Amino acid sequence: MWGHRPLETQFTPWASLLGGMMIGLSAVAFMAFTGRIAGISGIVSRLLPPDGTVRTGLPFVIGLLAAAPLYFFATGGFPAQAVTGNTMLLVVAGLLVGFGATYGNGCTCGHGVCGISRLSTRSIIATITFMAAAAATVLVMRHGLGG
Amino acid sequence: MAWVADMAAVLSLFCGLLFGLGLLVSGMANPAKVLNFLDVLGPWDPSLAFVMGGAIVVTAPGFWLLRRRSAPHFAPQFNWPSKTDIDGRLLSGAALFGTGWGLVGFCPGPAIVAISFGNPRTFIFVAAMLAGMAAARALGQRINNVVA
Repeated sequence: MWGHRPLETQFTPWASLLGGMMIGLSAVAFMAFTGRIAGISGIVSRLLPPDGTVRTGLPFVIGLLAAAPLYFFATGGFPAQAVTGNTMLLVVAGLLVGFGATYGNGCTCGHGVCGISRLSTRSIIATITFMAAAAATVLVMRHGLGG
Repeated sequence: MAWVADMAAVLSLFCGLLFGLGLLVSGMANPAKVLNFLDVLGPWDPSLAFVMGGAIVVTAPGFWLLRRRSAPHFAPQFNWPSKTDIDGRLLSGAALFGTGWGLVGFCPGPAIVAISFGNPRTFIFVAAMLAGMAAARALGQRINNVVA
C-alpha cells in the first residue's frame, strides 16, 4: 500500500476544465435526448435486477466502456493510473461506494454535477457530506490517527 | 436487439462515450489524482475542482434551458429528480459513499471507464461496487415495502 508515501500527481487545470465541460455537455445532451439525469450510480444500479432500465442505460454504459479504447487509438496510450494493490481495501471501498451511492440516490456526477447544476439543496448537502467523509478518510489513511 | 435501431439508444451511447472521454481527458480515471485532491495536507492537486467547475458551468445553463421545454427529443417526458427531503437515508448514503471514495479514489463513473484499461485491481473494485449497489437496491425496496 502506498498509504504513507502518496504519489505526486500533476495539476492539470486546462485538461481538467476541458474534460469537465465534456462531462457537462454529455449530461445536458443525455437529458435533452432521454429526459434522464446522467448519474452513473443510478444508470448502473438500474441495470441490475430487478427492474433493468436498459433501453438508454445499457448503451450509455457501453459508451463509457468504449471511451478508453477510443482514447487509446487516438493518443497511443491510456492515461496514467495508480490504483492501490490492497485487495481488502478495494473490496471494502467498492462495497461502500456502490452501497452508499445507490442508497443515497447519487454519486459525484448525479449529486455533484447534475444536482448542483439544478441548485438542489438536497444534492448540495449530499455533495458536502461525501466530500467531507472522503477528505476525513484520506486524512486518517494517509496522515493516520496515531500512525 | 430492438434498441440498436432506436435513436434514443444510439444517442445514449454517444453520451456515454463523451462522458467517458471527459473523465479520461480530465484525469479523473486516475484514483491518485482524486486522493490528492482530497488530501489538502499532502501533495494537493486541485484538478478535481476544475473538473466539477467545468461540468457545472456547462450543465447549469444547459439544464436551465431544458427546464423551459415540455419534453425531451426521444422520450415522453423529462424525469427531473423530484425529491427534496434531506433525510437519514441521503446523509448516511453520502457518508458511506464518501468513505469508500476516500479509501481508493474511485467513484462509479471513473471505475466503469477504467475497466477497459484491463487492470485487475479495477475489476475487483467494480465487482464489489456492483454487489454494494445490488444490496442497497434490495434494502431500499424492503424499506419501501414496509412504508407502503
